Amino acid sequence: MTPHPTATPAYPDIKPPVTSIGLIGWIRANLFNSWFNSILTLLVLAGLFKTVPPMVKWAFIDSLWTSTSAECHADGGACWSIITANIRFILFGFYPPDQQWRPLSAMILLVVMLLITRNRRWWHRALAWAWVAALTAMWLLMRGGFIGLQFVESTQWGGMPLTLILAIFGLTAAYPLGVVLALGRQSRMPAIKSLCVIYIELIRGVPLISLLFMSSVIFPLFLPEGITVNKIIRAQAAIILFTAAYIAEVVRGGLQAIPKGQFEAADSLGLNYFQTMRLVVLPQALKIVIPPTVSILISAFKDTSLVVIIALYDILKTTQSTLSNPKWMGFSTEAYIFLAAVYFLCCFFMSNWSRQLEKDLST
Amino acid sequence: MKGRITVLAVALLAVCMLLPAGLFAGETLDAVKKKGVVTVGVNGGLFGFGQPDETGEWKGLDVDTGRAIATAVFGDPTKVKFVPLTAVQRFTALQSGEIDVLCRNATRTLTRDTQLGLNFVTVNYYDGQAFMVAKKLGVKSAKELSGATVCVLPGTTTEQNAADFFRTNDMKWKPVVIEQTAELAKTFFAGRCDCLTSDASQLAGTRAVAPNPADYIILPEVISKEPLAPAVRHGDDQWRDIVDYAVLAMINAEELGITSANVDEMLKSGNPVIQRFLGVTEGNGAALGLDEKFAYNIVKQVGNYGEVFERNVGVNTPLGLERGLNALWTDGGLMYSPPFK
Repeated sequence: MTPHPTATPAYPDIKPPVTSIGLIGWIRANLFNSWFNSILTLLVLAGLFKTVPPMVKWAFIDSLWTSTSAECHADGGACWSIITANIRFILFGFYPPDQQWRPLSAMILLVVMLLITRNRRWWHRALAWAWVAALTAMWLLMRGGFIGLQFVESTQWGGMPLTLILAIFGLTAAYPLGVVLALGRQSRMPAIKSLCVIYIELIRGVPLISLLFMSSVIFPLFLPEGITVNKIIRAQAAIILFTAAYIAEVVRGGLQAIPKGQFEAADSLGLNYFQTMRLVVLPQALKIVIPPTVSILISAFKDTSLVVIIALYDILKTTQSTLSNPKWMGFSTEAYIFLAAVYFLCCFFMSNWSRQLEKDLST
Repeated sequence: MKGRITVLAVALLAVCMLLPAGLFAGETLDAVKKKGVVTVGVNGGLFGFGQPDETGEWKGLDVDTGRAIATAVFGDPTKVKFVPLTAVQRFTALQSGEIDVLCRNATRTLTRDTQLGLNFVTVNYYDGQAFMVAKKLGVKSAKELSGATVCVLPGTTTEQNAADFFRTNDMKWKPVVIEQTAELAKTFFAGRCDCLTSDASQLAGTRAVAPNPADYIILPEVISKEPLAPAVRHGDDQWRDIVDYAVLAMINAEELGITSANVDEMLKSGNPVIQRFLGVTEGNGAALGLDEKFAYNIVKQVGNYGEVFERNVGVNTPLGLERGLNALWTDGGLMYSPPFK
């Protein structure tokens, strides 16, 4: 049988040249495709070569993890011992050392709840109750004062639990308040509308620091003699009021994006104002504004570290306090790298979650 | 911006209206006894004076002063609650009644004593601002620092004192202002400034953590007076007396040679001065409205002034401070107690 004249000719398949496929091809196409890019590539490589090895040497090879401060001062590498030696104070502040399993288990409970909530399959009414139960349990664990648990005053709470409390209660309280403010600003009733506008503009017109100062320095002077409000609650209120104003403006943007036809359709179905908002408008509006809301939540989370200026011992302040101990002075780089990692983890979790939520809700 | 001004105006108005009202404290002692703790405002970030250690336990000269006050009232140094305060918050916290006494390395000045509505009691640490330079500069006196770049913390009286010093001596200087103590020290050791100025006690602490402490000297000139004293609100003289004599009891104990170790033997002493001081002969306690044993309790459970000094800031601590002005008057210092009778 002779081959068909139009069939594949008899010479073997020639592979494309090695210089245009695989790793080498990719490098040629992406890193050295012009003389300018080649120079840039070489410069970047040289820069990396100059910086990365010394950094790895400093951070890992020469580093000390469980030494005393004196050994750290003698050693040239990173002194992670400042974190390991002070980890209890950095994480839990003034919480009595023998009771620190309590904030630890409260935090673990929180993380578990967050991970469960991440999965939308679990979103039932039961989950809401579970959150209420979990938050109450955390509160009781932290506070104590029942069945043999030693009572720990909130002034002794510090470190990571304090940061998380300020962030979580701040964000969960600010969100509904912000939605209400946004609706109020859209209201046709002039009194409510102007109140909301004044509130939002007033709060947005001042920096968070000045609100915190007001709450910690000026507010106590307004109170009658002998009555003092807990410092944490004062700071918490300032954070809530501040964040709510920003969320209100974001939600307003979402409300304005809803076409008029949606309102008219709801009206023609005979829905009243609250039904319209709850069933038609808000579900769409809040979905649209997930990305900006999350960036506000992330910045609000990081803003909680401003409570340092009113001497609340959140995780930033406990770390700084460790740094002002002569034993550990001078290792601020290590301490701040640790803090950056902690904050990054939390913020990355939030933004990751929001991305997933956007995908699930297909906005 | 407009909103901010309005808020500030309202706030200032409110402060002005409320300040006088805040000054009439009730019977602080009764309130303290009812609460069961003395609430003491402390620094929170100043090693040797007020700072938590690795386990969150408060340490420092000011902290021990707070414990002495608690011991005077309750006979128990643990019945005290420390509230860390920033420099801005400290006086408001006292005025608003959030704390009962402020032991936060506050310098006693005339305006603070009067317009702020505070009363300072006996000084528990005499500090003063000084300069630290690298030895290799060859500078022996602060008067030779003309044209120097000076690392300084902003906002406190430190910056102003330095400016005053250079102006009165007709010298030029370039301030390098850095917010954080730790960063300030790093900058100085990196050689960015010729000298570092701060309170002498802090300079000693900073030098202790230098890569090579022997390379630096603290110049002899002390350019300001910083008498650091506990403070209470105007209007409650009994409470003021209690705080005052709690501090004085520590000083008087050192004068009399009574330490936490020998105080029990001293109870048997035949010396009438010691008998009165320790409450063997009664009268002092009742006069203050305290337990007759208040001085005994302070010395027994907190220590005398010398012990407290050595424990927190003395030569065997990282600060390594000499007694200097804080020695007893009999040793050439300024610590002096009126008689306890």
